[in-house]
Amino acid sequence: MWSVFRCILMRDITLAMRRRTDVMTTLFFFLIVVSLFPLGVGTEKETLRILGPGVIWVAALLASMLALERLFAADYEDGTLEQILLTAQPLSLLVLAKAAAHWLLTGLPLVALAPLVGLQYQLPPDALLMMVISLLIGTPVLSLIGGIGAALTLGLRGGGILLSLLILPLYIPVLVYGAGAVTVSMIDLADTQPYLALLAAFLLLALTLAPVATSAALRISLE
Amino acid sequence: MLDVVNLECRRGDRRLFSDLSFSLSRGTLLHVRGRNGSGKTTLLRALCGLLARETGEIRWRGEDISSLGDDYRRDMLYFGHLNGIKSDLNGIENLRVATTLDGDPVVEDDLWYALAQMGLAGFEDLPTKVLSQGQKKRVALARLVLSGAPLWILDEPFSALDLDAVDLLGGLIAEHVAAGGLVVLTTHQEVPLTSGQIQRLHLGT
Repeated sequence: MWSVFRCILMRDITLAMRRRTDVMTTLFFFLIVVSLFPLGVGTEKETLRILGPGVIWVAALLASMLALERLFAADYEDGTLEQILLTAQPLSLLVLAKAAAHWLLTGLPLVALAPLVGLQYQLPPDALLMMVISLLIGTPVLSLIGGIGAALTLGLRGGGILLSLLILPLYIPVLVYGAGAVTVSMIDLADTQPYLALLAAFLLLALTLAPVATSAALRISLE
Repeated sequence: MLDVVNLECRRGDRRLFSDLSFSLSRGTLLHVRGRNGSGKTTLLRALCGLLARETGEIRWRGEDISSLGDDYRRDMLYFGHLNGIKSDLNGIENLRVATTLDGDPVVEDDLWYALAQMGLAGFEDLPTKVLSQGQKKRVALARLVLSGAPLWILDEPFSALDLDAVDLLGGLIAEHVAAGGLVVLTTHQEVPLTSGQIQRLHLGT
């Protein structure tokens, strides 16, 4: 059963490696959006520290969503999605593999870049570490929830905009607690653990429910 | 083995066919014909379980396919209008993914053998985007060589193929039917069978 999971995961990663521009555009989008704010609001340390966590998180949400549109669309166009639907393996497992590949290709690089872009906002080292941790827990949730939207809008004209309208509201809790954790880490004596615990709870919830919902949406979209 | 009872399919508001019943036993080929738009592809997709049926029943080994679920999908191979291959992957990689998804236990040598069978020796490690339409189709059809599924559902498998490939595919289908397999296909040409029986179904009359 896991051989199918690995097969789809490796396939998506190989495909992305052969078409690096798709991965790179997401990363550069993230870098540019994050870098625009210090240029626009000035270099005052206090302002930047207040803005930093929120801006970096919002940029991560948008960057993660950029790649979502292609998550199932490419497979849909060349007929491989049909084959995936017709395998004798649980569809949610295959969907999970696709979400995992999406996260490895878009989420994980963002996590690695976050400390670097955080420096532009004069965030202290503790806050940078918290940024990495919160993104590490939060970005997989984005990939998993995003999968539902990508499956629902499959094959629709103007699906990209609709996808944003469907998915961005669902990202709000992750944004609130993810950016919250970083902000709180800059306050003395404040505890970030509840924020991380809630993020982890979202992740567990998304891991269990999102693949099932995505599978159901795919079956409807392909009818 | 495959029984269809009073099947009715719609596309939007239009009724494509209704009260369609047939029954296929081992070693049978069902040749579905009909003009464009008569619902051939819809029928095949319904047989795969890709479409929700409003009325009628499709039974495999006596059980409804929607309740069989994965057990039915294990016994069935569908080849649709789209080739289902990735243009950035080469022939071997595409076939490896396809056989893993089909659940056929194959080793690396089988993949090379299957592609050679389809007349693609020397083209195995080229990305399929540089291949011609016919060669792409051959890569996609190489799944059939390695398939262990008793039921093949093939939608226009002969289109875009040259004469050699048509013979190859005809041979594969004949072999599968002779070995007791079932084939449901749509095509506008005749399929020569060495053994087994052909049933014909004409849609849209």
